[in-house]
Amino acid sequence: MAKKIYSTYPMVKYLRKEALPTALCPGCGGGTVLNAFANAVDQLKLDPKDLVVVSGIGCSAWIASPYFLADTLHTTHGRAIAFATGVKVGLPDKKVVVISGDGDLASIGGNHLLHAARRNIDITVILVNNFIYGMTGGQVAPTTPFGAKTTTSPYRNIEHPLQISETVAAAGASYVARWTTAHVYQLIESIKKALQVKGFSLVEVISQCPVQYGRRNRMKEPAEMLRWFLKNSVPVSKAKDMSPEELEGKFVIGEIVNRTRPEFTTELNKLIDEVQEHFGLKEE
Amino acid sequence: MIIRGDEPEQLRLLRKLYKPGNYFMQGNEAVAYGALFAGCRFYAGYPITPSSEIAETMARELPKLGGYYLQMEDEIGSIAAMVGASWTGFKVMTATAGPGFSLMQENLGYAVMTETPLVLVDVQRSGPSTGQATKGAQGDFFQARWGTHGDHPIVAVSPTSGQDAFWETIRAFNISERLRTPVVVLFDGVLAHTREQIKIPDVSEVEITYRKLPQNEEEARLPFGDPHGDGVPPMPLFGHGYFTHVTGSTHKETGLRDVYTPEVHDRLVRRIHRKIEKNREVYEKYEEHFTDDAEILVVSWGVTARPALGAVLRAREEGINVGLFVPKTVHPFPAERMRELAKKARAVLVAEMNLGQMIIEVERYVNDDVLLKGVNKIGGVPLTVEEILREIRGVA
Repeated sequence: MAKKIYSTYPMVKYLRKEALPTALCPGCGGGTVLNAFANAVDQLKLDPKDLVVVSGIGCSAWIASPYFLADTLHTTHGRAIAFATGVKVGLPDKKVVVISGDGDLASIGGNHLLHAARRNIDITVILVNNFIYGMTGGQVAPTTPFGAKTTTSPYRNIEHPLQISETVAAAGASYVARWTTAHVYQLIESIKKALQVKGFSLVEVISQCPVQYGRRNRMKEPAEMLRWFLKNSVPVSKAKDMSPEELEGKFVIGEIVNRTRPEFTTELNKLIDEVQEHFGLKEE
Repeated sequence: MIIRGDEPEQLRLLRKLYKPGNYFMQGNEAVAYGALFAGCRFYAGYPITPSSEIAETMARELPKLGGYYLQMEDEIGSIAAMVGASWTGFKVMTATAGPGFSLMQENLGYAVMTETPLVLVDVQRSGPSTGQATKGAQGDFFQARWGTHGDHPIVAVSPTSGQDAFWETIRAFNISERLRTPVVVLFDGVLAHTREQIKIPDVSEVEITYRKLPQNEEEARLPFGDPHGDGVPPMPLFGHGYFTHVTGSTHKETGLRDVYTPEVHDRLVRRIHRKIEKNREVYEKYEEHFTDDAEILVVSWGVTARPALGAVLRAREEGINVGLFVPKTVHPFPAERMRELAKKARAVLVAEMNLGQMIIEVERYVNDDVLLKGVNKIGGVPLTVEEILREIRGVA
């Protein structure tokens, strides 16, 4: 089977073969995200040599590093975006992509996420939101739905989930979109857009974790989780006219924001030019 | 392939901006100018007393040299951004103080494990916790050595004056680049804010080192190998199409993660240690005064080495056979020389602005029949010549 995939699956050219098979659990949405990202890169005809992929810690952090064949930086928990900031300043002409999970990017790394959006640095973040700490055994996350059961909220979760996309949009990102793993084609289109936007872009992917989330919340099978996503997804346009009560437990999907704002590395290099000009330091 | 800062253009800019000569400046500014001369063109930091003037000087000067100043959201992000930038080829630095240094420890360990060159200046201030935030101290001796988790080597240098800070910062960059490892500069709040005469040299007087780059595809494919037998792998930079994988997890020579094979972890971590142990000539440095016939040996470091020298000079005038030993690289400790000197002495005094930290390191090299005594002071005020002299007289 594996051999067949290696010889017939067209996107395999983007993967680090010596790292395969992946460590992802059967039924995990991570494969869908990797597939969507590879397809986006392929459709845009991007050279992987022009990509640097950064990730933090957790299942979703493994999606692209080590599996995606590019320069990959697998960093400490929560800090992927801060590492990526240094990479982007050093290589402003490359596409710098962060792929990691909700626990990594929005919980411990929440501060870096907000400030990168505020700075509007040209980094594309693909945030895989599976509502749970998968790798550490299924503990409650800041994204876990109200009332859901996890190993550390065994009776029910009494905290409210963070609305990641809306928060990042409010912080100043250029582009924000949210899809689920049941919306693969839309997801690919959004990743393509995010990669082309000059500024901070976030694509939040609601993804299934049948092993740690699903089985504790009456959705043992991956397909059940995908059906849950489809049944509860509400397009942005429709969500506008809905009350917070009506939106409780729903997934708002689509483009949350798409706008042009001055980008950080461009401004930084512009500033350096101005300073060098001002002090007469340009080569005559 | 160019490591930024290496171009003749950079030398032209340095010459044009900083005329050689004597300047009246703060120790913090001296650190910043040292970094600029060493080729640092990327600084990411978070302001903290008493280190802030380093950030301020870098923010003002870096753009003139085409370099980048980033004020990050916190210390953790700062060192993270430095690691990212270092992998694109920049010489990178940050400056912080006690609390910020604590926050940076996890990613300092990441830099050790991924063999990422960077320079971290810790302007030591009084603690624990917020302590006397604006006052100097020498309480981070062991935080530099053991702050991050796991078995890891570290190189830390410690300047004894503003002028020394200029040169030691350059040396920190050279060690970091040569050994592909993070280097800590243990500075302190007293020297950081002392203004004194500092000589800025011509760029031709400054020797600078650049990291080893892969010479061929094969070397580039082994970013954590040891092709030259010195324990230092060439560093394949991002953006050159090598498809390098970097992880803080235990990795094979190729960079790919393998946390299950004991031999892989053993081989990697032992090599990282060996690289530091076996290359002492790259970083070992100490200063000696009157040690030839010293019966009493004063050992001191950083800011305290100055009043210690004053005390030794005064004691010599009084006819006391006392000498001074000042490790400039404090980690790894100059063990061999320390042992030799301690053999000849009947008393060893260790003077420092803490309740006894370097003395624990010194103790390892001093025999039981030698009187070993700490000269310690805390409270934010440096030791005086008189205070150290009194202790020398006490054992004379």
